[in-house]
Amino acid sequence: MADLLIELFSEEIPARMQARAADDLKKLMTDGMVEAGLTYASAAAFVTPRRLCLTVEGLLDASPRTVEERKGPKADAPEKAIEGFLRGANLTRDDLEERDTPKGKILFAKITKEGRPAADIIAEVLEQTIRNFPWPKSMRWGSGSLKWVRPLHSILCILSREDGAEVVPLDVDGIVSGNATRGHRFLAPDQITVSGFDDYTAKLKRAFVMLDANERRETIWNDATNMAFASGLEIVEDAGLLAEVAGLVEWPVVLMGRIGDDFLDLPPEVLQTSMKEHQKFFSVRNPKTGRIERFITVANRTTSDDGATILAGNEKVLSARLADAKFFWDNDLRVVKSDAGMAAWVENLKNVTFHNKLGTQAELIERMAVLARELAPMVGADPDAAEKAARIAKADLSSEMVYEFPELQGLMGRYYAAAAGFSDEIAAAAQEHYAPLGPSDDVPTAPVSVAVALAEKIDKLTGFWAIDEKPTGSKDPFALRRAALGVIRILVENDLSVGLKHACRSGICQSIEVIRALMQHLASRTDLAESFGDHISKTMVEIYNLSLDEKGVSLEIGSPNLVEEEKINDLLSFLHDRLKVYLKDQGIRHDVIDACIAMPQNDDLTLLVKRARALSDTLKTDDGENLIQAFKRANNILSQAEEADGVEYSYGADIKFAEEDAERALFKALDQAESVIKPAMEKQDFTTAMSAMASLRPALDAFFEAVQINTDNATVRRNRLNLLSRIRTLGTSVADLTRIEG
Amino acid sequence: MADTPRSFQEIILRLQSYWARHGCAILQPYDMEVGAGTFHPATTLRSLGSQPWAAAYVQPSRRPTDGRYGENPNRLQHYYQYQVLIKPSPPNLQELYLGSLAAIGVDMGLHDIRFVEDDWESPTLGAWGLGWEVWCDGMEVSQFTYFQQVGGHDCRPVSGELTYGLERLAMYILGVDHVMDMPFNDPDAPIPLSYGDIFKQTEEEYARWNFDVANTDVLLRHFEEAEAECKAIIAQEHMDPKTGKRIIMAHPAYDQAIKASHMFNLLDARGVISVTERQAYIGRVRALTKMCADAFVQTRAGGWSGDAA
Repeated sequence: MADLLIELFSEEIPARMQARAADDLKKLMTDGMVEAGLTYASAAAFVTPRRLCLTVEGLLDASPRTVEERKGPKADAPEKAIEGFLRGANLTRDDLEERDTPKGKILFAKITKEGRPAADIIAEVLEQTIRNFPWPKSMRWGSGSLKWVRPLHSILCILSREDGAEVVPLDVDGIVSGNATRGHRFLAPDQITVSGFDDYTAKLKRAFVMLDANERRETIWNDATNMAFASGLEIVEDAGLLAEVAGLVEWPVVLMGRIGDDFLDLPPEVLQTSMKEHQKFFSVRNPKTGRIERFITVANRTTSDDGATILAGNEKVLSARLADAKFFWDNDLRVVKSDAGMAAWVENLKNVTFHNKLGTQAELIERMAVLARELAPMVGADPDAAEKAARIAKADLSSEMVYEFPELQGLMGRYYAAAAGFSDEIAAAAQEHYAPLGPSDDVPTAPVSVAVALAEKIDKLTGFWAIDEKPTGSKDPFALRRAALGVIRILVENDLSVGLKHACRSGICQSIEVIRALMQHLASRTDLAESFGDHISKTMVEIYNLSLDEKGVSLEIGSPNLVEEEKINDLLSFLHDRLKVYLKDQGIRHDVIDACIAMPQNDDLTLLVKRARALSDTLKTDDGENLIQAFKRANNILSQAEEADGVEYSYGADIKFAEEDAERALFKALDQAESVIKPAMEKQDFTTAMSAMASLRPALDAFFEAVQINTDNATVRRNRLNLLSRIRTLGTSVADLTRIEG
Repeated sequence: MADTPRSFQEIILRLQSYWARHGCAILQPYDMEVGAGTFHPATTLRSLGSQPWAAAYVQPSRRPTDGRYGENPNRLQHYYQYQVLIKPSPPNLQELYLGSLAAIGVDMGLHDIRFVEDDWESPTLGAWGLGWEVWCDGMEVSQFTYFQQVGGHDCRPVSGELTYGLERLAMYILGVDHVMDMPFNDPDAPIPLSYGDIFKQTEEEYARWNFDVANTDVLLRHFEEAEAECKAIIAQEHMDPKTGKRIIMAHPAYDQAIKASHMFNLLDARGVISVTERQAYIGRVRALTKMCADAFVQTRAGGWSGDAA
C-alpha cells in the first residue's frame, strides 16, 4: 500500500474556478487510476489560489495481473478463421489451447495482462489529466503549447510508503515532477521539499499557506465575526463572497476598516453592493440602527505594522469608490426631484431596445401600463395607482446608479420613486414588480405591486408568443418559463381570481400592434429592408398580412382574428403545463389537473388549483377512489349503449319507472347530492361539492350490485340509462372525471 | 533607490530604468492619438508572429468620454499608461513585475499585493487574453495579460503584457488625493510643477471640445476616409514597382485603423452613436485591425521567412 500526493503549482487560479477544479482533479485522477486497476481507500482534493492538490491513501502498489480467457473458433475451422481470431486477439498460434467441449474441439486463448507498478499508471493518468483538464477557460504561455488556467510552474508527485517517499517520474512539456513546492508568495517564497501529505500540510502551514479552503473560510468568518462583535457590530452574511474571498488568499488576515462619514447616508444596499462588487469587502452593520458602518477586508498576509498600511490603502480606495456612488446617488436624486422627475428617465428609455422585434423599453412600459390598469380591479388595486406604478417601475434603468450597478435595478427605483414623491405602494411596485425571480423567491402581495408584476410577466409572455420566440427543450433565453411560474404563483399564492384569457388577448394585441408598426415602417423604407431582414420572422409577416384587408388597409386592432386566438390558446396551454409542474411538486397528479383543465373557466388558475386540490383530496379517500370506479362503470355502460342505440340518453330519468329499492335509493341519493353540489358549485366550494359526490358511493355500489341495466323492458332500460346519464352529468360537473386514470 | 519617489516623473523614470535593466528596448510613445498603450504598434503588431520582442514605453492615451473638466480626482480624458510587452512571456514575469513595484517604492513587506482574475478583451483589436488585475491594498494598479489572440490571429509564442495606469499608481505611492495636486517634477525644483499646472487647463479645453464642440460631420468623414485609406493601402501589390522590393505597408495601414478608432471614440463622446450603431462601428474598426494584422504577419517582422519557403 502507498499514499499519493500531487500538487499542481501555478500562477493565480481565478477564485470562481477553484472548487470545481479540485473536484475535477479528484475525479479524473481516481477514475483514471481505478480504470487501470489501481484501487485506493480514500482521496481528497484541496485548492488555494496557487495550487491544486490531491491526496490519495491506501493505493495499491501495482495493478493486479489479470487473466482473460477467450473462446475461439473450432479446432477444425478453416485456417482463415483461426488467423482472423489470432489477429483480433493479438496472439500467436502457440497461445491457443485445444479443449474438448460438447460441441467438439474448440480453441481457447488465454490473455494475460501483467500488473503495472502504481507509479507508471499514476504518471500516465496524471499527464492525461493535465492535458485534458476541463478548465472553463485555459491559456497558453511562453513558447509552449500546453494549456492550463494560468501558467503551470511545477508538478509535485510523490508516492510514499513506510520506507520512504519516491517521486513519480513525469515530464509534461518540460515541467518535470519532483517533491518540492513553495510557500506563500511573499511570506515564505523559498522551496520546500515534502515526503507525504501530513508533512506537506504541516510545512505549508509553517510557510503561511492554509491548504484547506474550508479552514480559510472558517478562519475568515470567525475572525470577522469576533472583530465585529467586539465593537458591538455584526457582519452582513454573504456565503458567496466568503467563498470568493477564501479563494483569493493563502493566508487570510482579517482587518476591519471605517467608512467615511460622508457616505453613511447612502442606502445600505448601495454601500453593500459597491463594497462587495469592487472591493470584495464584507459589510459590517450596527444591529441597533441597521446602518452599515464599517467594512471587513481580508488581506493575504501579516505585516510588521499589523496591517495598518493595508487598511489605510483599502479605506482610501473605498472612499474613491463611494465618492462615485454618492455622485450617482446625488445626481439621480436631483433628477427625480426636479420638475421633469422620473418621466425624464422614461423618455430616455425610448432609445433603449427591449427586443428588436418588440420595440423599446419605453414601448414596453406603455404596454405594461395598459395591462396593469386592466388587471388592477381583478387584484384589488386602484387602476390609477397601478397604471402610474407601471409607468415608473422601470424608470431607474436610466439612472446612473443602476447603470453602474445593474443588480440594484428595482431597489433603486423604489428609493427614487419615494424621493420623487410617489406613494409607498407605487414606490414598492418599482422593486416588487420583478418578483418572484426564482421558485423560492417571495411573491408580491401588495395589490399595486401584484398588478404591475402580473402586467410585466403577461406582457413578456404574450410579446414573445406574438413573435414566436417560445422556449424549446432546454432553451429558454428570455426566461419565459420563469415568467409563467411567476404568474401562477402570484395568482395562486394570493388567492386571486383573474381570467387570463382576457389579459393575454390584450397583451397579444398590443404586441401585434408594435409588430405592425415596425413592419409598416420597414415597408415604407425599402432601403432598410435588407439590413433588417434578419429581424423579421415568418410569423411577423403573417401577422402583418392578416392585419390588412383585401385592399391592403390596416384592420382595426383587437378585432378577433385567428392568429391571435391560436396564440392565446397556445400560451394558455403553456401556462397549464407550467401549472402541472408547479402542482406536481405539491403532490397533485397530472391527470387530476387534466380533469380540471377540461372544465370551463380554466383560464382562472386560482379556480383551477382549488378544483384540483379538492379533487386530489377526495381521490385520496376510500369513498373518492371507489366513486371513480363506479363513475367509470356508469359512463362505460352508458357510452356503449349510446353507441349501440345511436341515441343520446339525456332525458330526465323518472323515479316512477324504478323497480328495485337500490334504484329508488340512487334516485334519492342523486337528488340529495345535487341539492348540495349545485349551491356549492355556485360558491366555487369544490370541497363540499366533491364530498357530496363521494357520498354517492354506497348508493352507487348498491345500485350496480342489485340492478341489471340492460333488461328486456325497454322503458325500464331507457330509464336506467337516463339515470346513468345523471351520474355522468354530475361526474363531469365538478371536474371531468373521465380523465382520471386507474 | 528603494526609498519613496518624490514626483510623477520620478516614478516613470524608475520604471524606465527598471525595465531597461531587465532587457526591454525602451521605446518612445507612438505619435498618434490612441485609447490605450495596447494600440501602439509595438504591442498590437509586435505581439503577432514568431519573432522575439521585448519593449517598454510610456503611452499618452485618450478616452474622450472620461473627461471631467479636470475636476474629478481620478478621471481624465488624457492620461498616461506604462506598457511592457515581452514575447515569449518569460516564466518569471510575475516576479519581474513585482520587482518593478518595489523599484517605484512599494514596500513589499507592508502592502497586500493580489492577482485577481480579469480576462482582457479588446473588441476593436479583435484581441483577447487571460490574466489578472493586480491589486495593491484593494486598488487596481496594473493589468497583467497573457495574449492569446490579436487581430484574429493566435499568438504563438504568447506575449506577456503589463499595463500600469500611471496616474493612479503614482497618486497612491505619493499619497496624493487629487490628480491635479500631484507633483509632476521634484517639489524642490526651482520651478516645481504639479500635474494640474500642466494638464488642468487642457482637460477643460478638451472636455468642452469632446463633449460639445467637435464637428460630428467632420469626425464622421475622417472616420470614413481613414477606413477607405486603410483598405486602399492593404489592397496594394506587395511588390513596390519603384524599388522592385517586396514592401507590405502594414504600419501605414495600421495608422489609419488607429485614426478610425480614435474618430469613433470622439463620435461616441459626442453622443451621436446609438446602441445598435455602436456595435457596427466597433465591427468596422475590428475589420481594419484584422486586415492590418493579416498584412503584418506577411512581413519579416511578423515572422515571414522570405523566399526560402
